[in-house]
Amino acid sequence: MTNAVVTLNHGKKAFGDNEVLKDISLTVNKGDVLAVIGPSGGGKSTLLRCLALLETLNSGDLSYGDLVVCSNNAEGRAVYGDAATIATAKTRYGLVFQNFNLFPHYTVLQNVTDALICVQKMPKDEALARGRDLLAKMGLADKESMVPCDLSGGQQQRVAIARAMAMNPDVLYFDEPTSALDPELTREVLKVIRDLAAEHMTMVIVTHEMGFARDVADQIIFMDGGVIVEQGPASEVINNPRHDRTRAFLANYDRD
Amino acid sequence: MMGILMEGFGLTAQIFVITLVGSLPLGIVVALARMSRFKPLAWLAQLYISILRGTPLMLQLMAIMFGPYYLFGLNMGSDWKFWACAIGFILNYAAYFAEIYRSGIQSIPRGQYEAATVLGYSKAQTFTKIVLPQVIKRILPAMGNEIITLVKDTSLAFVLGIMEMFSAAKALAASEVSMIPYAIAALIYWVFCLVIEFILNRVEKKLDYYHD
Repeated sequence: MTNAVVTLNHGKKAFGDNEVLKDISLTVNKGDVLAVIGPSGGGKSTLLRCLALLETLNSGDLSYGDLVVCSNNAEGRAVYGDAATIATAKTRYGLVFQNFNLFPHYTVLQNVTDALICVQKMPKDEALARGRDLLAKMGLADKESMVPCDLSGGQQQRVAIARAMAMNPDVLYFDEPTSALDPELTREVLKVIRDLAAEHMTMVIVTHEMGFARDVADQIIFMDGGVIVEQGPASEVINNPRHDRTRAFLANYDRD
Repeated sequence: MMGILMEGFGLTAQIFVITLVGSLPLGIVVALARMSRFKPLAWLAQLYISILRGTPLMLQLMAIMFGPYYLFGLNMGSDWKFWACAIGFILNYAAYFAEIYRSGIQSIPRGQYEAATVLGYSKAQTFTKIVLPQVIKRILPAMGNEIITLVKDTSLAFVLGIMEMFSAAKALAASEVSMIPYAIAALIYWVFCLVIEFILNRVEKKLDYYHD
């Protein structure tokens, strides 16, 4: 086996007549940090949502490691695995949302540990210990008994990252993790993601923070119109884009 | 006089409690059926709600009371009166509660479901652990309204000849040629409602630890 954590081949997704993903292939290897950039409506979030099984592909092959989640049948339509396969796949990735989507009625610690206890059936003490470790790592050790609404947006997003990390995923997905945050709070969340990158956490990050993408990602994918327009080492794509569309897109951004 | 009224109140309170115990869970079932993607089930639930909200509770009580005899010739025995009343109230209130639950369930953002899905929660876990607790907080004021209404609706049991407090007051008013029993009954209804308001406020305060 290769050390591919997630592999998508020829992924296609349409909403009605609107083709949002047109033949997307990508492989994320263990330890890779992949940033996905591109204009709104270009298919970035849909790609992530297909990988996270929140949307179903119309066609394509998707695997987590050696676990085949879906593959094409003879007619070229994606057929997904059974419930057990999907449940196993869900233990392999975590997703951090733009709007955090924390559970408002749970404390910070419950947010991080509840799925461990009631989905993964981890003993409660062990789950709480892991939850506290992760919160400490996120700089939130003193916040465990607060509820999300008492935290700043940056703190909430760090709880969301801890919640995703708690499940010990092979790959962590970020869907514009800082788009709902002001610049100061953005910085604290990006720092946490940088720390994870330094620990070689495998990550796929949809982001509009170009400087961050260049610094943290190994590879960058530029998506527009449902296709991967350009893909390459991070600094190259950001500093010396080869395609006109990439150049035009990046011209709108301050690259720091 | 007070003895008879309080005896009546005992029955009023029983109808009230049995109705809630039955209709609060049944309402959830009806609401879920109403939102089912299996269309025939959704239509059936919609029809159920429409009929039970669209006809007088008094008629529903009578239909359940006398239906078994007139439709099937069944003799239901002397306890049937009370159970017909309980069933009528439960079915009727479940229809109202179902719509309140539905409004609450539909107000929960998609992101909550998505977060739960990604974390691997089953559909049942997502509903009972993530969605329902938030729904309860959101619908509490509307539920309070309906529950207070129920206190006074129990007086409709008089059509079945159940000696709940209103029937008792009526009988007393007739035998004593006085309006006082009505006044006392009104006062007792109101005090009962005050107690319920107090409890509802306590629950609301308890759920006030978060907002979203």
